[in-house]
Amino acid sequence: MSAPAAARPSAARVVARGRRRSATRRRVIIATLAVLVVAGFAVTLMFGQTFYPPDDVVRVILGEQVPGASFTVGRLRLPRAVLAVVAGFSFGMAGVTFQTMLRNPLASPDIIGISWGASAAAAIAIVSLSLDRTQVSALAIVSALAVALLIYVLAFRDGVVGTRLILIGIGISAILESVTSYVLSRAAEWDLQEATRWLTGSLNGVTWDQTLPALAALVVLTPVLLHQARDLSAMQLGDDTASALGVRVERTRVTVIVAAVGLIAFATAAAGPIAFVAFLSGPIAARLVGVGGSLLVPAGLVGALLVLVADFAGQFAFDTRYPVGVVTGVLGAPYLVYLIVRTHRAGGSP
Amino acid sequence: MTTSHSLTAERLTLGYGDRVVVESLDLTVPPGRVTVIVGANACGKSTLLRSLSRLLAPREGRVVLDGRQVHRMPAKELARTLGLLPQSPVAPEGITVLDLVCRGRHPHQGLFSRWNGRDDAAVAAALEATQTTDLADRAVDELSGGQRQRVWIAMALAQETDLLLLDEPTTFLDASHQIEVLDLLTDLNRTRGTTIVMVLHDLNLAARYADHLIALADGRLHACGTPAEVLTEDNVRTVFGLDSRIIEDPVSGRPLMLPIGRHHVRPQ
Repeated sequence: MSAPAAARPSAARVVARGRRRSATRRRVIIATLAVLVVAGFAVTLMFGQTFYPPDDVVRVILGEQVPGASFTVGRLRLPRAVLAVVAGFSFGMAGVTFQTMLRNPLASPDIIGISWGASAAAAIAIVSLSLDRTQVSALAIVSALAVALLIYVLAFRDGVVGTRLILIGIGISAILESVTSYVLSRAAEWDLQEATRWLTGSLNGVTWDQTLPALAALVVLTPVLLHQARDLSAMQLGDDTASALGVRVERTRVTVIVAAVGLIAFATAAAGPIAFVAFLSGPIAARLVGVGGSLLVPAGLVGALLVLVADFAGQFAFDTRYPVGVVTGVLGAPYLVYLIVRTHRAGGSP
Repeated sequence: MTTSHSLTAERLTLGYGDRVVVESLDLTVPPGRVTVIVGANACGKSTLLRSLSRLLAPREGRVVLDGRQVHRMPAKELARTLGLLPQSPVAPEGITVLDLVCRGRHPHQGLFSRWNGRDDAAVAAALEATQTTDLADRAVDELSGGQRQRVWIAMALAQETDLLLLDEPTTFLDASHQIEVLDLLTDLNRTRGTTIVMVLHDLNLAARYADHLIALADGRLHACGTPAEVLTEDNVRTVFGLDSRIIEDPVSGRPLMLPIGRHHVRPQ
């Protein structure tokens, strides 16, 4: 752009240079995010009411008995930190999947009611039906899938238009949110901590029983989504263009919806609908790595980092302990307002 | 890339919901030529183009490419032979020109095949042909309409297909950009031998740039042949319900249609 004296670079050089530059940027940012997630994870394990040095933490993870640390780190902090990473990664990937597929940042599963489907089912299962953990997870995933299907069917008219689906989703989201509130208000003996889990998301008192199903879902569903990553990126160009590029649009859409809803459902069944993580991670990741390649992994890492940091801040940054969802909610709400204002100004989809 | 492909439609019936848009249409696309489809609004032009490129499954009949049914071919294999630029493609917010053009390589990439020198070369050639090399680092949403259309064509070129279908590639462009795009497609046809099929609104541009002109009326093939055979006063009246005079275009020697409305007509 500068150096007007230089001959214009050939197209081949421009392509090679441009691709190299974006690949480097992508690699550097993904590596940085991964390092930050690992660092956040380590800090969460070491710090708290009591400090445990890194070698104590490592020994606990390796299965040794360390007085004090075995209980605090092994039983309390480790499942909580693992769930923070797992839930954050799940929300981030599922969120960006929906946003990419529907080409709209408002189309995140926590905005269009899919998270609330899982949340409402989990609340009913625990409060009214007194089911155990596995049954709660199962009911949450079935309910999230059912809500996704319901929204899809209601929005379907000669294909699915993003905006209509989002508006219907927001409506369903409101209904399910009030169902959740109602169920929780009927559970008189239920403590506030458990209630907030299903309303805003919380990692308080998390045990391995909650963490492991969500981890298993992440391990199984991540490869499914990554396998579709390139087709998903092509679908950003519109269904017709994607088809013309050789994408089986309907098949890809169904596969990624099922995988993303699965991630949301399992993570929500464990940690509640941690507010706005699914919604925020994709746009943040896009800002960081650019929109050229797939955003699945960067968004997952951003999500994990958001939950780790927000949970740590919620526990220790204020006089009162706030559940993680309250902290992410405070971060996410202004962005939602900003997007809606911008949508209105543009008079169309943002 | 001079292998010629045969693309034909046989007794093709197309529709959405209960509505039949194209009925029992037979059509042959001449290989290595520029074919332009014209017709009144809502006569089924875009629908036909979408079906030729597998986007819309036929109610009846079939689309055949080199002896094989398009709707039964593996999606990626078809996408390496036949490309389509839809009427209003969507660019993701903030995507750069280079990244968008690279998306055109999608059908050439498998699960395990990594991006390689051939992909680089195809993208570079596409940028060069469309004169968008200088725009490579710019965001697509910042570009003017004419530049953006060239970038989309570059993406379709990077796909390296022997057949390229375009749905109204000149809409929303001013006169000079329309000519620029049509010249570019003609270059492509002449230098690479790419078979072009496009829908155009402007009859005179269609007559000028088409080797083969197809006129649709109410979902049926009304006339096809050279522009001189198809663009006649009778056909304009039947297809568009418009009186006109056809003269020889002094620039190209092709037919030129002059519409006759209710006003501004010199008394004979």
